[in-house]
Amino acid sequence: MTEQTNHHPSPPPASFRPSDLKRKLRIGEGAIETLLFILGFLTIFVTVSIVIVLGDQALLFFNDPQVSFREFFMTTQWQPAIGQFGIWALVSATLTTSLIAMAVSLPLGLSAAIYLSEYASPRARSVLKPILEILAGIPTVVYGFFALLFVTPLLRDLLGADKLGVYNMLSAGIVMGIMILPLISSMSEDALSAVPNSLREAAYAMGATPFEASIQVILPAALSGIGAAIIVGISRAVGETMIVAVASGATSKFTFNPLEAAETMTAHIARISGGDLSYNTIDYNSLFAIALMLFLVTLVLNLISQWIVSKFREQYE
Amino acid sequence: MTKFTYPQEQDLQRFVNARYRTAWIWQIVFLSALLLAILSLSALSLDVVDGAFGYVAYEFKKDPLTISQTPIDDLQKEELLTILQTSLSKGAYGKLDKEKPMETRTAEDLYSLVLERIIQVKTLETFPLYDSLFRKAEIEAYVQETYPDARLEFRSWLTPRFLTSPMSSRAEFAGVRTALFGSMWLVTIAIAFALPVGVGAAIYLQEYARKNFINTIIQMNINNLAGVPSIVYGMLGLAIFVRAMEAFTSGAMFGITDTNGRTIMSAGLTMGILVLPLVIINAQEAIKAVPDSIRQAAYGVGATKWQTVWSHVLPNALPGILTGSILAMSRAVGETAPLIIVGASTFISIDPNGPFSKFTALPIQIYQWTARPQGEFHAIAAAAIIVLLSLLLTLNATAILLRNRFQQRF
Repeated sequence: MTEQTNHHPSPPPASFRPSDLKRKLRIGEGAIETLLFILGFLTIFVTVSIVIVLGDQALLFFNDPQVSFREFFMTTQWQPAIGQFGIWALVSATLTTSLIAMAVSLPLGLSAAIYLSEYASPRARSVLKPILEILAGIPTVVYGFFALLFVTPLLRDLLGADKLGVYNMLSAGIVMGIMILPLISSMSEDALSAVPNSLREAAYAMGATPFEASIQVILPAALSGIGAAIIVGISRAVGETMIVAVASGATSKFTFNPLEAAETMTAHIARISGGDLSYNTIDYNSLFAIALMLFLVTLVLNLISQWIVSKFREQYE
Repeated sequence: MTKFTYPQEQDLQRFVNARYRTAWIWQIVFLSALLLAILSLSALSLDVVDGAFGYVAYEFKKDPLTISQTPIDDLQKEELLTILQTSLSKGAYGKLDKEKPMETRTAEDLYSLVLERIIQVKTLETFPLYDSLFRKAEIEAYVQETYPDARLEFRSWLTPRFLTSPMSSRAEFAGVRTALFGSMWLVTIAIAFALPVGVGAAIYLQEYARKNFINTIIQMNINNLAGVPSIVYGMLGLAIFVRAMEAFTSGAMFGITDTNGRTIMSAGLTMGILVLPLVIINAQEAIKAVPDSIRQAAYGVGATKWQTVWSHVLPNALPGILTGSILAMSRAVGETAPLIIVGASTFISIDPNGPFSKFTALPIQIYQWTARPQGEFHAIAAAAIIVLLSLLLTLNATAILLRNRFQQRF
């Protein structure tokens, strides 16, 4: 016994001191880790500065004697020139265009996702998926061009030029839907593919048709992931700027009629700040109040979708 | 209580057939949704092509034949110069000479000047490609009737001249040269900021971070930042880079005095922050894909943590990181809204000469030209879109090639 425990592989060198076995203090390693941590922490700093910058200027706006909190959230006229600041004039357009966009992208995106995940052969998938990815990679300003110079004239031919103006929310909303479609379909497809094969096989073993299997078994199982996709889609629609800036008009108006022209929150920010705007005026500060609202809305939406996704992951992993 | 009976032979067959018919119909519905998406993509590309080429009705204020016998397209630089000297008034010539000495200008530049100042081409109407190809006779009759003096010409708005000439207030002479330079500067600054910071953050999160509160927050925050609307980044850039850091971004610190904070530097940094979450997430994926055995092998021969990361993990993750950065670059090239907020100038006819000059960018030009009512501006907007999309296609193709070339399967 004692012989075995005292066994050493080789004797230590003559210069060996026991303290060498202690963990060496490496200053370089520590410095690098600190530096990397700072780089990671910088992203928090970005969020914090967004909140501070937007909040600070928005506070200036709300402290202005011309504006009241109540007016901002309760009235429906946005006319900075005559001191009317009712955010609903802009929110109504944002809601209308986003709703149209979701009405287009949700059924199409979901159907495309079901086809890709449940029906398409691997070969067909390898052709079809990249096409959707191309659609996702097109800059939004190009979609704006498409909305104004293709979809709007087309809609005006269909509905009659007297009903539909050159600028309208319908065309902007539809094109926004096409823009969001790849996002919805790829996120939904991920959710559908994550449903374990055992469920699929069980459904087929019961004699279900592919349609019954996907709608009654797989879709419900993937519902939380699809929910997350929908929420991210809404958040994208709310924050989208260039399509609405080009195609939905440049006058703020409280309306939910998609045939009319109205300016969304994002388009308003883009138009006003694109001109010669002097700092510290009430117009300038009002933009930050709008941007703060936009940031908070999208933040909440993104947080909800992340929460759903993380909950969903636990189900099958 | 009625007794349940199973459907018998023929009924059963009918039920099953009906169910399979429904399944088949829905399969077609699902497929057509996908086809509709593809159709939109083709409609979009065809619309752009349709706009960028086609017949143009235009007229000359002065017939070119009265200026020179040979067609002015074939004239040499010296001949163009004499035409300008003789036809322009002394004052006008002197003014042009003062802007940029005439002898140093290129032949192309002089050619545009001759067209613009002496012949004075005026575009009357533009026709899309589809009509130009299939309804040529109608267009000819229409032009003859409406504009008796006009000439009709089939024109591609996308020409080498379009790529190399600077901005102009006239669609016929406008080009994307300044915008292209602006976009390149912008992307360079954005990636120079986002790549080191993003990769550093990704290394920290994948290799160093323990699972504690602050690291969870950092990770969650990055995912959230990726979903913040680009226009909000624009507002951030406006408040921080354009205003608060004006002394730096206007170049005043470095002795440049003729600009304010609305420079390439401000826009580039704004874009850098915008693509940062994208770079981090992609780099994280790339680092995650490096198998643990490589790390353990490095530790096994006594490497320190940083030695492991620097000489074993990073080289293996590099292709993935590069692919991610290229995708981030293509995002930065196409992004428009933040540039409007940060204050891209819309009319710039001189090339940007450094990070502290005013600028315009390709998507800004597309936006501006699309927003104009005249058809000829829509035509050059379409041409600029083709330039932008080819640029993006090249970037993405590079990313895919890189991925396929260096992808290692462990």
